[in-house]
Amino acid sequence: MTPEPAVLDVRALTKVYGQGGTAVHALRGVSLRVERGDYVAIMGASGSGKSTLMNILGCLDVPSGGRYLLDGTDVGVLDERRLSILRNRRIGFIFQSFNLIPRMSALANVELPLAYGGVKPAERRRRARAALRQVGLADRMDHEPNELSGGQQQRVAVARALVTAPALLLADEPTGNLDTRSTADVLGILDRLGLSGRTIVLITHEDEVAARAKRVIRLVDGEIIEDRRQAPVDGPPPATVVEGVR
Amino acid sequence: MSPWEILRFALRGLTANKLRSALTMLGILIGVGAVIMLVAVGNGSSEQIKNNISRLGANSLTVTKSTSGGGGGGFGGFGGTRNRQQSSGPRTQAHDLTVDDAKALVDPVNAPSVKSASPVVTSSSVTTTYEGTSHSISQFVGTYPAYLGAANKELARGAAFTDDDVTGGRKVVVIGRTVADDLFGTVDPLNKQINVGGTPFTVVGVLKESGSSGMQDADDVAIGPLTAVQQNLTGFGGLNSIVVEAKSAKATDRAQSEVTDILDQRHDISGSNTADFQIMNQASLQSAVSASGKTFTVLLGAVAAISLLVGGIGITNIMLVTVTERTREIGIRKAIGAPKGAILGQFIAEATVLSLVGGVLGVLVGVLGSLFKVVGVKPVIVPSSIALALGVSVAIGLFFGSYPANRAAKLRPIEALRHE
Ligand SMILES: Nc1ncnc2c1ncn2[C@@H]1O[C@H](COP(=O)(O)OP(=O)(O)OP(=O)(O)O)[C@@H](O)[C@H]1O
Ligand SMILES: [Mg+2]
Repeated sequence: MTPEPAVLDVRALTKVYGQGGTAVHALRGVSLRVERGDYVAIMGASGSGKSTLMNILGCLDVPSGGRYLLDGTDVGVLDERRLSILRNRRIGFIFQSFNLIPRMSALANVELPLAYGGVKPAERRRRARAALRQVGLADRMDHEPNELSGGQQQRVAVARALVTAPALLLADEPTGNLDTRSTADVLGILDRLGLSGRTIVLITHEDEVAARAKRVIRLVDGEIIEDRRQAPVDGPPPATVVEGVR
Repeated sequence: MSPWEILRFALRGLTANKLRSALTMLGILIGVGAVIMLVAVGNGSSEQIKNNISRLGANSLTVTKSTSGGGGGGFGGFGGTRNRQQSSGPRTQAHDLTVDDAKALVDPVNAPSVKSASPVVTSSSVTTTYEGTSHSISQFVGTYPAYLGAANKELARGAAFTDDDVTGGRKVVVIGRTVADDLFGTVDPLNKQINVGGTPFTVVGVLKESGSSGMQDADDVAIGPLTAVQQNLTGFGGLNSIVVEAKSAKATDRAQSEVTDILDQRHDISGSNTADFQIMNQASLQSAVSASGKTFTVLLGAVAAISLLVGGIGITNIMLVTVTERTREIGIRKAIGAPKGAILGQFIAEATVLSLVGGVLGVLVGVLGSLFKVVGVKPVIVPSSIALALGVSVAIGLFFGSYPANRAAKLRPIEALRHE
């Protein structure tokens, strides 16, 4: 039996913005492996390159150097069409600013990745409803983003990210714009996803948020300076052990 | 992603900003509608003019007295066609056109191409009455019976007056439809006497309706024997014109030169003398007019095409604004895995729907608008203008829509997402 490839495997990743004297080295050789089922929190000061790393992991941006293997596939050699399939099937991305499409109902927003993935309308609807139920928004499906609170919008975004059952869930400060109550809601959902074996990578500034991850990585000036494991990969997220799962 | 799905996204995009979509469509609608209508009006007016001219008789030549140097005569408002008034040399003495001139033109030897020549006198706004009803006939014509054939006048009822009527100076008259309706209403006008300036004329025939010819009502006429009209209305001065009928449409040019020769001789025109008459040739008039009618149509079409182009620029503008405004949305869509084709398809579909719906509505408006008379002209739709206008509007939508769409679809997701 060959060992299962890591969900995420980045090697000596670099990213330089601009050129010459004004060039910004946002990433200076980041190497990182994330196994299936892990729950990783990335921390670091503002400007340390967290978002830059996350965007590359989400295939939204391309690195200046280094290799990136997602589920064993080298992303660097893929063409635009394959990349879009990859973003659609393998990755669920949650943004700090929600990034829902305005004037589209919550349900339609959640259906969208499935539509682009070629899922039939009936099946699409069923799965989108299930995802929205999972984030506790069964009664808000027909509301448009501007009729939802920030916390609710972020839960819709979470539902949209997980509706395609991606191998990897990426979240860039998912609770950065939320109050404590909504933060707890969203983190609760992520905990449960982690418990069910989903691979999660999130960025956060808050220690309480990081405390719920199985592994914490600290970035400084585009380099990993600390990589600490808080709980085993195949175990439950720490928070669910303390609080018990609802 | 099925095309149907992409179309649904496009429609959702369009309905998200209804007013803007509607205004863009309006631009195209006006462009397409204008092309169809203006071309139809141009076409209709040139067709109408052609009809009017052929109504005068395609084989006929009209000889009129040339009153002064300079511009052409005033027949039907189209001056300058084939008149014999080349230079402004001295004119010793202008001869009136006479009945003898007309008679001299019917000459099998010197004028083999001439079939008939009818002297014509006219009196305008002649008041006539019948049993208390009064009507002012806009043109009262005195001539020979051959005039009816030359001028394409056909009888609906009764009979024309005869050569005998002319020689006898009998007071008989053939009236046009308008005159018959105004004076007699439902009464049968045949053999009734009408009072023309104190003199009774007997109606012997009613002309077929020839339709209004723009400014003038061609049916508001009465035609009687030359002698009777001269005696009672115009007096025995010079003729207003001589209407010459050529043996065939092809013979008109030959007939014209024959007529010119004969009249030159009779009026002592030679060398430096300027002719004191002019000849209007209906056939060449017709081709000149249809040529100018085409120019008119092309001109109207060009004006309309410009408005269509402006509509197209409107679409481009809206698509540019839409794409810029929705760059973030494009970024989101790409981030969740929208392929380039789906993004491109959505925006192209939006532009195409805009231009197609606008175009189809424009065709409807253009066709409906062409049902009405526009400044006295009945528009006649040119089918190719519909196809052209619609085709151009869709092509504009596709072409100008795909440019901004392509630009947007090529963006990397993060670039699009960072767009403010
Ligand atoms: N598009 C860009 N062009 C130029 N420089 C950039 C760009 N994006 C980021 N940077 C620079 O790269 C560095 C890392 O930025 P990044 O957004 O990854 O930081 P971050 O760790 O996410 O910070 P924060 O916690 O404030 O979100 C910063 O110095 C930033 O100025
Ligand atoms: Mg950031």
